[in-house]
Amino acid sequence: MSFIPYAVAAWLFVIGLYGVVSSQNIVRTILCLTVVQSATYVLLLAVGYRTAASAPVVADIPPVTRLVDPTVQVLVLTDIVIEATITAVLLALAAQAHKRFGSLDPDDLRPLRG
Amino acid sequence: MAPHIAALPVIVPFIAAAGLVVVRLFDRRWLNDVIAGGGMAASFTLCVILLVRAAHHPFAYWMGGWRPIHGVTIGISLSVDPLGAGLAAFAAFLVLAALAYAVRYFDAVSGLFQALMLLFGAAMVGFCLTGDLFNLVVFFELMGAAAYALTGYLIEEQAPIQGAINFAITNSIAGYAMFIGTALLYARTGALNMAQIGHALDGHPADPLVVVAMALLFVGFLTKAAAVPVHFWLADAHAVAPVPVCVLFSGVMIDLGVYAVARLYWVIFDGTLHPHMHALRVILVCIGAVTAVLGAGMCFVQRHIKRLLAFSSISHIGMFVCGVGLLEHKALAGVGVWVVGHGLNKAALFMCAGVLLHRFATIDEYDLHGRGREVPITGVLMGIGGLLLSGVPPFTSFAGKSLMEESATSTHYGWLIAVFTICSAVTGAAVLRVTGRVFLGWGPAQGPGDEEGQQGPAQEEEDEMEDSREHTSRMMLIVPGVLLIMAMAFALVPGLVPSVESDAARFTDHAGYATWVLQGHHVPSPVLPPSHIKTEDVLFGTLSAVLAIGLAALGLFGRSLQARVPAVIRVPWTAAVHAVRGLHSGHVGDYVAWWTAAASALGAICLLVLT
Repeated sequence: MSFIPYAVAAWLFVIGLYGVVSSQNIVRTILCLTVVQSATYVLLLAVGYRTAASAPVVADIPPVTRLVDPTVQVLVLTDIVIEATITAVLLALAAQAHKRFGSLDPDDLRPLRG
Repeated sequence: MAPHIAALPVIVPFIAAAGLVVVRLFDRRWLNDVIAGGGMAASFTLCVILLVRAAHHPFAYWMGGWRPIHGVTIGISLSVDPLGAGLAAFAAFLVLAALAYAVRYFDAVSGLFQALMLLFGAAMVGFCLTGDLFNLVVFFELMGAAAYALTGYLIEEQAPIQGAINFAITNSIAGYAMFIGTALLYARTGALNMAQIGHALDGHPADPLVVVAMALLFVGFLTKAAAVPVHFWLADAHAVAPVPVCVLFSGVMIDLGVYAVARLYWVIFDGTLHPHMHALRVILVCIGAVTAVLGAGMCFVQRHIKRLLAFSSISHIGMFVCGVGLLEHKALAGVGVWVVGHGLNKAALFMCAGVLLHRFATIDEYDLHGRGREVPITGVLMGIGGLLLSGVPPFTSFAGKSLMEESATSTHYGWLIAVFTICSAVTGAAVLRVTGRVFLGWGPAQGPGDEEGQQGPAQEEEDEMEDSREHTSRMMLIVPGVLLIMAMAFALVPGLVPSVESDAARFTDHAGYATWVLQGHHVPSPVLPPSHIKTEDVLFGTLSAVLAIGLAALGLFGRSLQARVPAVIRVPWTAAVHAVRGLHSGHVGDYVAWWTAAASALGAICLLVLT
């Protein structure tokens, strides 16, 4: 049972990478990038989880209660902020690509090669 | 002196960047330049203060006062050791130089450009100073976000959009691999501080989880360093980013990937992987050697000058990865010295290319044939830069290369000397060839494909400048001149190279690092036997320079010789070059496919060989 979150994380990483490689629309590529990032969230949360433990809030419960690891949750929040920034930059570039190239297909977006 | 200043080199540029956004109200260019320059100059000064302090007594600054208790820590540290502080100072200095160049390079630029440069600089400084693994990844991502925006800065053109998108997607995936590596190490050790992780892994044999984490972290940082086969993004990004930004990319950003690989190995993995050192050495040296050779080859066949310089950076990165991969303090010292020499040199070369682009509105080698006679000083600078690239004695690149060559011989990797000599010669030759063609008018004015009416440079001519100009500002010549003088003088400063060697010995002291970070005890600097430049090093350096001049002459005047090469060599060679160039397709899906293959291969090899 406990290997399932890790399997989900691995699957998301792989299928997201496949999406980035095979995509024919740059916006879809960016969203597949988000899927790859989700794999890291699932992995981090799985690493921090403890069975039969409560949320990491200690204001109103006795100190000896089992808690899930709050550090990984903080790492996930940081990752989400980073992802939001980079997705915003990428989508702005994609909007410009549509304006300048008239197309969102990566096949058309390559004046530079060789 | 309070150790709180350890955080200031990162914070001051952040505040200056925020200040720049505020003064957009006034919209005065000189104000933007003053704030940006002042912020970065302050950061550079603070980094130098940290370097001086850390040279005798490396120290860890714990954010929020969360010090280690009985050698266990949960805080975030800035672990300032001399090599890290030195690299941070170098990064701050190059950002300052790029900002100075940009004052005259751009006719008009909004304050957002300087703000992005400050954020980029702050992230690089933080990257070099931090002692926490997750903090390292976060600074990597911040560096990346500023870099993607700076690459696509000229957003009205087509090619910068492609370059920025390819750069962003490839490096983001590298970042995700790093997150997974961090998560795996955290799961195993419960720590995010690099010294703590290394301490927790010590004494246990290498198990598959740790090896997979290492492979993921290395492939992530090698992507930033643009090692083959995850290097494709760099040529696209350099070709389209504005010249002051390219200066930073080639000068210091890619070197940070190599620094991270070295830091992670020596702090985290040396304890547990020490029995497998030889195998890891083979892996890293092979990656480095392939990168060096492919970079040099692709460099020589380019006609877009910025792309040519980008591939020469890739080749030098390959040599740095070889140096780090030798897993020895002398090679690491060589890399440290060479990184500074190469960074200053490449920055000056990009600035010279910027003068050409600024003046003539084109950056194609054949279009510029002979036109450089109007800017002779730039030609002199470019020629000197090309010679320095090839490692001519007794300057900085030569000093670094000779340290690496000595280390290679002592670890039975003597064949690396041939790789270093040939690759530095080829990259230097490409720049010398460009100098001859552009500034002296030597060689044919038509590219190899132009006569048959094939596609010439039209595809690559997305330029930053609209029209040619009459006048080149003196600042655009003074800054590269100063950088080249520093590139020559750096290794000649008495006592500098031996002090880099002893800093490298401290860097590679796994147990010592854990002591001064976690326990706060002073670890004395290791005493090393003095090393001297040997005659064979001078011979190899001179050979490199002579080869560079010879290959440049061949590139300029040797087209008639090409027809005389027997077809049995010429046809497969041309087909191979054509195939390799075709791999650099500009399509982001291809690049990510290569990344996936590289990551899987590295993971599989590491699992097989290192467990």
